[in-house]
Amino acid sequence: MAATSPSRVSASDTAGIDVTGAEALDWFKKMSLIRRFEERAEEAYGQGKIGGFLHLYIGEEAVAVGAMAALRPDDDVITHYRDHGYVLARGVEPKRVMAELYGKATGLSKGKGGSMHMADVKRHVWGGYAIVGGHIPLATGLALANQYRKLPHVVACFFGEGATNIGTFFAGLNLAAVWKLALVAIVENNRYGMGTAFERVSAVSDVYKKACAFDIPAEQIDGNDVLAVRDAVHRMVERSRAGGGPQLIEAMTYRFRGHSMGDPQRYRTKEEVEEAKARDPIVRWRRTVLTSGLAAKTDLEKIRDEVEAEVEEAVRFAENSPAPDPSELCSDVLVSE
Amino acid sequence: MSQKTYRDAIREALREEMLRDERVLIMGEEVGVWGGTYAVTRGFYSEFGDKRILDTPIAEEAIVGTAVGAAMGGLRPVAELMTINFALVAMDQIVNNAAKIHYMFGSQVRVPLVIRAPAGWGQLAATHSQSFEAWFAHLPGLIVVMPGTPYDAKGLLKTAIRSDNPVMFIEHARLYGVKGEVPDEEYTLPIGVSDVKRPGRDVTIVSYSRMLHVALGAAEELATAGIECEVIDLRTLRPLDMAPVYASVEKTHRAVIVEEDWTTCGMGAEIAARIGRDRFESLDAPVERMGQVDVPMPYAKNLEELMFPDEKSVAEKVRDMVA
Repeated sequence: MAATSPSRVSASDTAGIDVTGAEALDWFKKMSLIRRFEERAEEAYGQGKIGGFLHLYIGEEAVAVGAMAALRPDDDVITHYRDHGYVLARGVEPKRVMAELYGKATGLSKGKGGSMHMADVKRHVWGGYAIVGGHIPLATGLALANQYRKLPHVVACFFGEGATNIGTFFAGLNLAAVWKLALVAIVENNRYGMGTAFERVSAVSDVYKKACAFDIPAEQIDGNDVLAVRDAVHRMVERSRAGGGPQLIEAMTYRFRGHSMGDPQRYRTKEEVEEAKARDPIVRWRRTVLTSGLAAKTDLEKIRDEVEAEVEEAVRFAENSPAPDPSELCSDVLVSE
Repeated sequence: MSQKTYRDAIREALREEMLRDERVLIMGEEVGVWGGTYAVTRGFYSEFGDKRILDTPIAEEAIVGTAVGAAMGGLRPVAELMTINFALVAMDQIVNNAAKIHYMFGSQVRVPLVIRAPAGWGQLAATHSQSFEAWFAHLPGLIVVMPGTPYDAKGLLKTAIRSDNPVMFIEHARLYGVKGEVPDEEYTLPIGVSDVKRPGRDVTIVSYSRMLHVALGAAEELATAGIECEVIDLRTLRPLDMAPVYASVEKTHRAVIVEEDWTTCGMGAEIAARIGRDRFESLDAPVERMGQVDVPMPYAKNLEELMFPDEKSVAEKVRDMVA
């Protein structure tokens, strides 16, 4: 099989726009929704209403939204633990995601999973996984099941650059390549695994180059450009669906917040963060939409108001939902049979 | 009924379930072209083809992880680990994925998976001679089956493959050649039911897997001296069926657990604790535990032979208990 050698693809904000006005607004809305949702989650965390870890996706929204735009609704999605963005981009009701963060019975997993384990199987979202790299072989298995059952679905497996030095990355993608499975690995390179800069601990710090270990096509793209993400994921997903085997995308991005709540961020400078914020994916997409005439300023303002209302509704829903019944503690351990 | 080996009983269970349900597939190291390291899947590759008998690289985390994913996606995979020792490499997949996914996602996902792996030893030294059943039995969300006879192995494996839950099915390399009665007609056995393998009135011996045979041998010898042991085969370690154990202890007032694993924090500790709590009044003596010596397995044959309880040491222990 001819494999495209790993390559960089440059993307710019305005070149070659192939997007409808409705799509442009939908992406703007979803990215804004993720942003506002997480700002409110951060606030609720500060008030002690959300427990455990809370890993915010703020700054990386274009990856989830661009990727979901390229996937079909019945393509399978499986992710790492920084996962609120993917479920929201997939169209899961924000109130059910917020309720899960609040540990309420109305949450996606009935309050049993929390922030790091968001799943909505009827939307083909197979969950967030919190052991770094642990879900990569699961993606291979889901793709194997699709191939075996002759289903035309592609599996999109999201993880961070920090997962590319652990065994499951190599073991999982190797088998996917051996069996030529329909799988696209979407690596979000936000440059730090917790507080450790990737190049300090990875012999190869361009993730896309690691794809040569599997002889599969790979691209490095601008992950803060929603259109570039959509286009690259679309290209890769359809090639994989057509029998081209697994593919890898390295989406370069940056998280604006700490690794999790309470991260003092001693490992990076304020200047670096500010510089990254100048590449804010939402601001960029807003500018692109306006300068290209895809939508008017009033459209975007209307969306901002809608998002605000939707997030407030999600918070109200989570606040007013009941906690899981104590009987839930011991249910769902095994399937009863 | 006919006499079949433990290996053939397992092979029949796999083959019958492959024929019955096309969602069943087998994956693992050397399961295909080689025919299985212990020859359990011999002939399957030519019968079922490479889409259903998947040879994998030496990457246990991928074998188990891929099987979990395939189970989530609607298949019923049987993953074979060459030996239970190699489950260590796949531990995160077993503990955090196979056993947790159903609960963690609020029952949205099912993992109908069987992981087959033999325990065993034979001058293989420290890394290749272990028996980790207690670790797996420790985990909510996992079923752990450890059959000792061909009949139980076949009936329980068929049920495990049909189960919607993840099952660790732990075989024993030293039992593959052991023969026993196996019906020619279709049958299955329920998971989570212990079995009285030999009735007796004086001492209860609780065991499973290879040690069941040691216990039965000791019981045979003791019977000639007029000591009647009741031998109970747990068969399933999680969920643990204590009812036959309790009924037996009410009768014998004495119990010893014989396992092949280290006794520290082992199955015997769990069973002793349960007997102590639930049948304290029935006991005339402390519950005893026998298992492998609490050291890593040595290579030298004479040292290895000192590692496990045998018929003689079990019989001696029982004599002490009734003395």
